[in-house]
Amino acid sequence: MSTGTDQTFETVTIATLLDKVGAMRKEGYRLVQIGATRLPEQVELTYSFDLDNRLANLRLQLPAAEARVPSISSIYWCAFLYENELHDLFNLQVDGMAVDFHGHLYETAVKFPFGSTKAPVAKPAPAPAAGQPASKATVEPAASSNPAQPVSTLDFRL
Amino acid sequence: MPYFEMSRLVLKWALTKPPTSRYPFEARHALAGSRGRLIFTKDNCVYCTVCAKKCPTGALVVNRAQKKWAIDRLRCITCGYCVEVCPKKSLELTTSHGTPAVTKDLEFYS
Amino acid sequence: MARTIIPFGPQHPVLPEPIHLDLVVEDEKVIEARPSIGFIHRGLEKLVEKKDYVEFVYVAERICGICSFIHGQTYCQAVEAIMNVSVPPRALYLRTIWGELSRLHSHLLWLGLMADAMGFESLFMHSWRVRERVLNIIEATTGGRVIFGSCKIGGVRRDIDADGFQNMLAELTQIERDIREITKVFIHDNSVKARLGGVGVLSRQDAYDLGCVGPTLRASGVAQDMRQLGYAAFKDLQVEPITRPEGDSYARCSVRCEELLQSIDLIRQAISKIPAGEIAVKVAGNPNGEFIARTEQPRGEVAYCVKANGTKNLQRFRVRTPTFANLPALVKMLQGCELADVPVLVLTIDPCISCTER
Repeated sequence: MSTGTDQTFETVTIATLLDKVGAMRKEGYRLVQIGATRLPEQVELTYSFDLDNRLANLRLQLPAAEARVPSISSIYWCAFLYENELHDLFNLQVDGMAVDFHGHLYETAVKFPFGSTKAPVAKPAPAPAAGQPASKATVEPAASSNPAQPVSTLDFRL
Repeated sequence: MPYFEMSRLVLKWALTKPPTSRYPFEARHALAGSRGRLIFTKDNCVYCTVCAKKCPTGALVVNRAQKKWAIDRLRCITCGYCVEVCPKKSLELTTSHGTPAVTKDLEFYS
Repeated sequence: MARTIIPFGPQHPVLPEPIHLDLVVEDEKVIEARPSIGFIHRGLEKLVEKKDYVEFVYVAERICGICSFIHGQTYCQAVEAIMNVSVPPRALYLRTIWGELSRLHSHLLWLGLMADAMGFESLFMHSWRVRERVLNIIEATTGGRVIFGSCKIGGVRRDIDADGFQNMLAELTQIERDIREITKVFIHDNSVKARLGGVGVLSRQDAYDLGCVGPTLRASGVAQDMRQLGYAAFKDLQVEPITRPEGDSYARCSVRCEELLQSIDLIRQAISKIPAGEIAVKVAGNPNGEFIARTEQPRGEVAYCVKANGTKNLQRFRVRTPTFANLPALVKMLQGCELADVPVLVLTIDPCISCTER
C-alpha cells in the first residue's frame, strides 16, 4: 500500500522534546496525534506531525515506574486534549497542561483503564439458561440440562 | 426566490405517495445482497468445530463428542465468516430475516 | 454579572451521541465550555489483547456506526502495509466505491441533523429520505445498512457484478437529482443563511493551529484532503479538496453539500474504471512492525497507529479519530458565543463521539 509510506520515526528524550516540537511548529507542522503504548518495562509515546501530507513521528521512551512528561500545549494548544487523555487512560503524569481537567475528561467506571498490559482474566461463562422449559424458540428440550460446552475460550459475557 | 426554495419540494411531496412503507403491516422485502439469517443443514455437518472457532462473537457452540450444534441468535452478526470456512458447506446465509429471536437461549440442533 | 453553569448533554435532542459540556454562561453569553467525555467508552483499544488481528476487522468496523466502513478499510490498510500485502486492484476500487457511498450517507445524515438543530424538521426528513436510497444501494451490495462487513485483510469479501453496477448508476442519477433539490434549500434559503451565517468563525490560522481536520479545516480555506495521499483507488482518481474562505458554519455546510456531488462523481469514475480480477489475496502469518495509516473519513483525517510484534494479537492499536482532533476547535468556538448557538456549533464540527472515545 503506497499510502504515505514515507513516515519517519525520530527518537527524542525528555530533555530534547520541547525544542524539537518547537522546531516543528516553526516549520509549520500540524499536530496529528499523541499516543502511548504501555510495554512491559516502559511507556512509549509517539507524537505525530503532518506537513503537506508527510508524516513525521517523534518517539519518546519513558520508564514505566516514573512516567512523567512535560506538556507541549504551550507550543500546540490543541495538545491538551491528547495529554488529558493520556493521563486519564494510562496514568501518565503530564506537567503543565494548558487546560487541565484533573482526571475528569474521561469519566470511566474504572480509573486508568489502560494502566497495565496484562490481559484481564476472563470471567467464567455463566451457565447458559438452556435448561429453562419456558422458552418458545426452537430449542430442543435438552435431555441433560448440561448444554454443549463452548469450544471458544474467549468469553465476552461480562 | 430565497424564501420559497422549500415550497417546491413540499408541494411535490404533498402530491406524491409517501416513500415510507407501513412496516410491520406490510412485509419488508429483502434486497438482493442482504444478510438475513444463518441456516444450518444438519446432514452434512461433521462437527469439526471450525465455525465455532472462527465466529467473532462466539455465537456458535459446537460439541463434537455429543454431536450438538447450537447458535445464539442474538449474538450472531450475520458476518458470514462461518459460511466461508465450513468445509462441508452445511451453513448458508439467506437474505430474509425470518422470525426474530425472543429469548437468549441457544438454538440446538443435534 | 453572576455566572451560571449550564450542563449540555449527554442527553440532548440535537446530539447524535452523548457528550457532556459544562457551559459557563454569563447572561446568555457562553464564557467557557468544559467538555467531559466517556459516556460511550468501550475500551476497544484494549480488545486487541483478546482478538486476533484477522477478526479485529469486525471490531474496528464497529467503532462507529456512521463512518464504519472507512474504519475497517483503514485498519486493513494499516495491517496490509505492515505485512506487505499487495491488494488486487479490483478490491481497491470496490473499497473506494463503498467508501464514497459511506461518505454520501454520512453527509446526508449530517445535513439532516443540522436542519433538525435549526428547527427545520421537514428538511431533516427530506435529507434522510434521500439517504434511504443510498442505504438501499449499500444493503444490496454488501448486505448491511450500517455495518458493511465487506473489508478483510487482503481485499474485500464480496464482489459487485455488472448488473449491480448498472443498478447503482441508475440509482445514483436519481440520488443526484434529489441531492440537488435539497442542497438548493441549504445553500439559498434565507432562514438557513441567517441561522448559520457568521456563527462560529474559525480563521485559517486558527483552524490549522488547533489541529482541525476534514470539512472543518477545508471550510476555513486550507486545502487538505487525505484522499490526496493516493490510497486505495485514489491514485487513479483526481480529488480536488473543496474549500471555502469564510470559515463559519454556513461555509462548513456548503463544503459538505459540494462534497456530496464530488462523491457521486468519484463513484461514477470508479465504476467506469474498475478493472476485472480477483477480489482478495490470501494472507498467512503474523504481522510484525508498525505503521500509521491515514485516510479521509467523512469527518476528516483518521490516523490508525498499529503496532504488531509477531504474534497473532496486535501489540497496540490506537485510533485518532477526526472528531477528537476537532474538539479543541469546538472548545475555542464556544468561547464567546450565544447560548442559542450552542447546538449549531456542536453539530457543525460533525461530532461522532463513539469514534472519539473508543
